[in-house]
Amino acid sequence: MTEYSVLIGGKAGEGINTAGLSIAGLFSRLGYRTYMYFDYPSLIRGGHNFAIIRASERTIGAHRTQVDVLLAFDQNSIDNHRQRVHDATTVVYDASQVMRAEGYGLPLDRIVEEEKAPPITGNSAMLGALTRVAGIGREVLEDVIRGSVPAKHLEANLRVAGRGYDAAGDVFTVEPLERPSLPVLTGNEVTGLGLVHGGLESYVAYPMTPTSNLLHFLAGHAEDLAIKVLHPENEISVILMALGLAYAGEKAAVGTAGGGFCLMTEGLSLAGMSEIPVTIVMGQRPGPSTGMPTYTSQTDLHFVLNAGQGEFPRLVVAPGDLAETYAWSATALMLSWRYQVPAIILTDKTLAEGAYSFDVGAIIEPPDPEPVLWDGTGEYRRYARTEDGVSPLAFPGREGAVVKVSSYAHDEIGFTTEAVEGVTALQEKMFRKGESLKAELSTYPTVRSYGPRDAGKTIICWGSEKSACIEAAERFGAQVVQPLVLAPFPARQWKEAMIGAGKVACVENNATGQLARLLRQQGFDPGRPVLKHDGRPFAVDELEARLLEVFA
Amino acid sequence: MSPQQPAGRPAGGLISPAENTWCPGCGNFSIEHMMKSAIAELSEEEGIPLENFVLLGGIGCHGKLVDYLNVNSFYGIHGRSVPAATGIRLANPDLKVICHVGDGDIFAEGLDHLIFAAKRNSDITVVVHDNRVYGLTTGQYTPTSPTGFKGRSTPGGITEHPLNPLEVMLATGATHIARGYTKKIRQLKDLFKEAIMHRGFSFVDVLQICATYFNLTDYYNEHAYELREGEVDTGQFESALGKIREWDYDRDAPIPLGTFYSVEKPVYEEKFQALTAGKPDRRALVRKVLEERR
Repeated sequence: MTEYSVLIGGKAGEGINTAGLSIAGLFSRLGYRTYMYFDYPSLIRGGHNFAIIRASERTIGAHRTQVDVLLAFDQNSIDNHRQRVHDATTVVYDASQVMRAEGYGLPLDRIVEEEKAPPITGNSAMLGALTRVAGIGREVLEDVIRGSVPAKHLEANLRVAGRGYDAAGDVFTVEPLERPSLPVLTGNEVTGLGLVHGGLESYVAYPMTPTSNLLHFLAGHAEDLAIKVLHPENEISVILMALGLAYAGEKAAVGTAGGGFCLMTEGLSLAGMSEIPVTIVMGQRPGPSTGMPTYTSQTDLHFVLNAGQGEFPRLVVAPGDLAETYAWSATALMLSWRYQVPAIILTDKTLAEGAYSFDVGAIIEPPDPEPVLWDGTGEYRRYARTEDGVSPLAFPGREGAVVKVSSYAHDEIGFTTEAVEGVTALQEKMFRKGESLKAELSTYPTVRSYGPRDAGKTIICWGSEKSACIEAAERFGAQVVQPLVLAPFPARQWKEAMIGAGKVACVENNATGQLARLLRQQGFDPGRPVLKHDGRPFAVDELEARLLEVFA
Repeated sequence: MSPQQPAGRPAGGLISPAENTWCPGCGNFSIEHMMKSAIAELSEEEGIPLENFVLLGGIGCHGKLVDYLNVNSFYGIHGRSVPAATGIRLANPDLKVICHVGDGDIFAEGLDHLIFAAKRNSDITVVVHDNRVYGLTTGQYTPTSPTGFKGRSTPGGITEHPLNPLEVMLATGATHIARGYTKKIRQLKDLFKEAIMHRGFSFVDVLQICATYFNLTDYYNEHAYELREGEVDTGQFESALGKIREWDYDRDAPIPLGTFYSVEKPVYEEKFQALTAGKPDRRALVRKVLEERR
């Protein structure tokens, strides 16, 4: 398999993320599938940011430790990554900043001064040098720059990129692949587009890494997508505003991370009791508390499964790649409205802020379950008891209906009740709804398997670790099994997928094995834990080494 | 609201069959009936369909009001009615959205929401059932209880001073500010109607008698007076502030009742309206955004 890895590193504020996306764009133009891991500390200027861009003939969603090209804006970018350098690694560095390095030194200070260009254009010089090192044509470089730089700064960037190109030498040749290029999108962007596919009309959020960029993306495209995007005073207001919107008939979603979700839990419980649909995008990052805000983890599974006082049905989905993110973001919102339950889309920093080639054609269009609406006959009862537990919706402003929702235990109209018969019937109706949701989900791909079924070796994983697991599994001839839905748990599909599983490894980005705990609760054996809890996702080679302990 | 309303008496049909559990003598009855009449009269006078009114309740004795009226309602959680109200108004600009809140509910638990709704001039009405004591949790002090108040959680008496909610609202950008009293019901009804019809954020603090835990009837009867025409310039911040400061919810002073401030400013929800207008085919819009990323 032909593949290339490039690391670009420097200080925060130097545009490493954008430069990384341009590098991904460069390979995408040649038909390669790309993935970018972006690593940055929680600060605005300084520190050390880096992106690893991996390009391959195949679809990928994980990085490898070693890189073929290292682009260094500063000494840290050399010193912090010695383990990534191999004999054939080419180093390109900013000779104005880096004192100790071997490779192509670009005097970026002098170049930008001579070209009368702003310092940020140094990124284009690096991109130019990479293009040359990788044996890619100059016209591809210029095409990528034209596609990413605003017209005002285009000429300066092209000049500086040319200087970088001229300063480096030919090292290897990336052969163009004869196939269309794919756009590179982040998990956040695709979550937003999936929600709109599912019918989103309003998005409400308070900024919090790793889902802030979902807020920014949708706010930036509010007019293009014909949606309202709102940023109120805190996450409590966020979820209540969404519930107000939904009560009045507008499909709303919210986005946050663990800390903000803490504040949303009373609203979540209100959504459960009042049966007002809401979709919550929950991007995980390492806690407890503030933890490591810009890093990744899978530590909030049991939090979202159990959050909120009282007992009520909920939908929890955990997509692992962009196609799943698109389809399940849409599905979560649609099912939330069909069954009037809160839906949670569980992502993490790796998926949310990682960038991947997005193959729209690979999306299996999800079904379109519709909300159940009142037909206008008889007296309207918001909580009418029905066979499947779902009460037809009407919205305020509808002639002939008085629409009463409540956080209290209530009767069919919505009036408060504490009577034995009333509260029992209410609970039973609510859980019938959960059962109906579960029955509908049995027709969805809630558990996915990859690789040979009869291998006698199985890797279990969820969410963003899926891609690393699929690649690592090939080395062992193992199959991978991934639950997409975590509540209501798809026990039957899981059981079927795990027939003949053999030796089982359960790969997770946490310290306690949260999926393993859920599987045990459901009566399944999760096998041996393979855990990583340093805030970073598994590199493919790192995971292979860890799996050797289980499968040897 | 229901088609079976007796002709000529729209207000009569607005009382719901839910059992009323307020204490005898509770000030909430006045608020309930004056809101009922305000809605019925606005429906007749302004041609607002009854189904376009939405009431929100927080948690506390006040919240029960939304059960007692046959009007669309969102019986929410403690202190959180205001953001839900903004959401409702965002979704449907034709709705008249009225939050019934308690003084503990909104000034303690939900003050941030109140301040921000005023700041953004959200087009909703907030009616505070300000009895200056927690009723449903049986007699603790609230943010508007006077200094020295002895509640069940503060038997030695509180040393802090109460908030003057009207002053807070003026400072944070509310565009309509009024105060009523549950023993002055005709004025109360008019204040409700005026607040509901105001375009922008309206705030009505209602001095409400709590018959069980903090009965201030004699005190209010002695001190409260209705503002006369021209006594305050409601278009002037300084004039409103002076009148609002006449009584600080603490020391003995005349208590003015009426509208203190009423100005026009751009409404928060307005600029979002165009975004979702019509029935756009959003899946086509998604495809377009993706096309542009190629």
